[in-house]
Amino acid sequence: MLEVKNLQVRVEDKEILRGINLSVKAGEVHAIMGPNGSGKSTFARALAGHPGYEVTGGSVNYQGHDLLDMDPDERARDGVFMAFQYPVEIPGVNNAYFLKAALNAKRKQQGLDELDAMDFMALVKQKLKILHVDESMLMRSVNEGFSGGEKKRNEIFHMAVLEPTLAVLDETDSGLDIDALRVVADGVNAMRSPERSFIVVTHYQRLLEYIVPDYVHVLADGRIVRSGGRELALELEEKGYGWTEPALRQGAGQAGARQ
Amino acid sequence: MATLAQAAPAWLNERRESAARQFASVGFPTTRLEDWRFTNVSPIAEANWPLAQGGFAQAEALTAAVTIPGAVRLVIVNGQFAAGLSDLSVLPKGLRIASLRDGARDATDGIETYLGKVFSIASHPFAALNTSFLDDGVAIMVTKGAVVETPIHIVIVTGSDLPSEASAKGGQPVVAHPRVLIVAGEHSQVRVAQTFIGVPDTAYFNNAVIEVVVGPSALVQLYTDQRESDQAFHIANIQAHVEAKGVFESHAFSTGARIMRHDIGIGLKGEGADCTMNGVYLADGERLMDTHTSLDHARPHCTSHQIYKGILAGKSKAVFNGRIIVQLDAQKTDAKQTNRALLLSDDATINSNPQLEIFADDVKCTHGAAVGQLDEEALFYLQARGLNRAEARDMLLHAFAGEVLEGLKIPALREQVEANFFTRLRQDSAGQDGGHAPQDTEGR
Repeated sequence: MLEVKNLQVRVEDKEILRGINLSVKAGEVHAIMGPNGSGKSTFARALAGHPGYEVTGGSVNYQGHDLLDMDPDERARDGVFMAFQYPVEIPGVNNAYFLKAALNAKRKQQGLDELDAMDFMALVKQKLKILHVDESMLMRSVNEGFSGGEKKRNEIFHMAVLEPTLAVLDETDSGLDIDALRVVADGVNAMRSPERSFIVVTHYQRLLEYIVPDYVHVLADGRIVRSGGRELALELEEKGYGWTEPALRQGAGQAGARQ
Repeated sequence: MATLAQAAPAWLNERRESAARQFASVGFPTTRLEDWRFTNVSPIAEANWPLAQGGFAQAEALTAAVTIPGAVRLVIVNGQFAAGLSDLSVLPKGLRIASLRDGARDATDGIETYLGKVFSIASHPFAALNTSFLDDGVAIMVTKGAVVETPIHIVIVTGSDLPSEASAKGGQPVVAHPRVLIVAGEHSQVRVAQTFIGVPDTAYFNNAVIEVVVGPSALVQLYTDQRESDQAFHIANIQAHVEAKGVFESHAFSTGARIMRHDIGIGLKGEGADCTMNGVYLADGERLMDTHTSLDHARPHCTSHQIYKGILAGKSKAVFNGRIIVQLDAQKTDAKQTNRALLLSDDATINSNPQLEIFADDVKCTHGAAVGQLDEEALFYLQARGLNRAEARDMLLHAFAGEVLEGLKIPALREQVEANFFTRLRQDSAGQDGGHAPQDTEGR
């Protein structure tokens, strides 16, 4: 589904990603872990197509297409979804109205009929129930005045409605208490399917107790320095990120990810 | 119109002559005057503007284009009340309407008392010019205690179909001086909309004066939709006087004219009066849109709420000057002013100037001015959910203007105003790519 080869990304004049290799197959959940400043969020934003993140080398193939050649909205309509680390507050834009426009943009691209207000509400109510999201959230402006937990839940709610093929969760666990974390994780788990893949970016192992990944990758200084199964996350939890440093010093450029 | 002028009552002739003397002594304002520093009206002052002579064929179609179903319709064509285009078939109880010419001649109650008396023309040269030509217009009188639910729609049409140098089909440059007087008696309520429209793509000079008297505990909501021809010069003085516990709302929506100047002045003259003065304008191309607001808190316990928002594209210019005077006697004043502008292009400019003059000591006055660009992070967020850049931009602009558009309580008018607004925005976005360099790279 996703084939990332030697991806290099610059932000302003700083090299952040120095050659990421990652292969994600349909139905897999990959966790990307790493200390602050390792490039985790940069990787997520580059996949979503943030204009401030300049790709200076490498390639990303998504379902046979060159992802890097697509605008952010084309990527979204093609099934790539990123749950933001910092969801943006947009005063005056109604959450439901926006989500309906986004869903219909995607349906239009897929050659499906656009949903009218009633069909949309029926769909949305069903999703709200699964995620324990309060209906009032629909009628508010997008993220405006939402608590940290509400913002993250709203992201997962958007994901549930848009039903992406590849979902990238950028530190969705940060700032969530245990109950909210469980709700978010349940929402993600309910969406796991053989056709859908997830890239879960997180600093802490905690989220992975609830969203159990198939693979864990550790990012340090813009490269993947270790890859393994679920147990790698536990090892990290125990030993801390300092533990990855020897690998880094050994010239981790080639260590890379699971090929 | 000489014969009609002669038929006018002596008091009206006297007010005209006094205004003419006033204008003759000050003339057209120049940019040396503080109030006109950023707005150069020499294209108006230096051109020759024959006074428009009554109706013209296109006026009917222009009126039809902005008709609000179910409203009482009053049409002013080139400053003259046009009975034939107006619709007074359903005249609600408590509402009296006259053309100013007939009303003045027949000594209709209130006209002599208020016409030209709501504000001082000494500080408004264009209002003096209007008054010196005062001949016709409309008077809307709401009797004491009347609650008028039917909206009143004044359509102010300007232009000419006499051949011009540019076109045989019409557009000879003309000047008109439309005049409106609204007097709401004690405890009455009324909702008035006015649409300024003219022959598209032609030059004319429309110089309007609207006077509003809000009686004790009365409510007047005034909506102004300014959609003049792109070549027109539009000057309007909207001046209101609010008595004790009266409520006045002015909501202005502006998209037209080559040069627009609005002077909106509200005097809170009675204790406990309240006013709202909101506006949103869209300046594109080489348009100049100037709004000068003035709020006179003359008495205690009055409140005022002001939100002005501008969207500027192309090489447009805008001016916002918001003056608030809190007089010595006006204790417990609560005044709030917000002025925001979005610059969609690097070539657009705005001069924003809040001007607070506070003489009382127990008051609450806040003002805020912000000029910015579209939030790139918000644009990216919307795009990352699947909206293309133009859709995302439209959504953000709609949200920006929404706070002011929501004040429009006549649904049919709101539809018209929004449709006009967003059609123009789309034309504007077609002309530029809308791309800005990314600015925000925090939090990686």
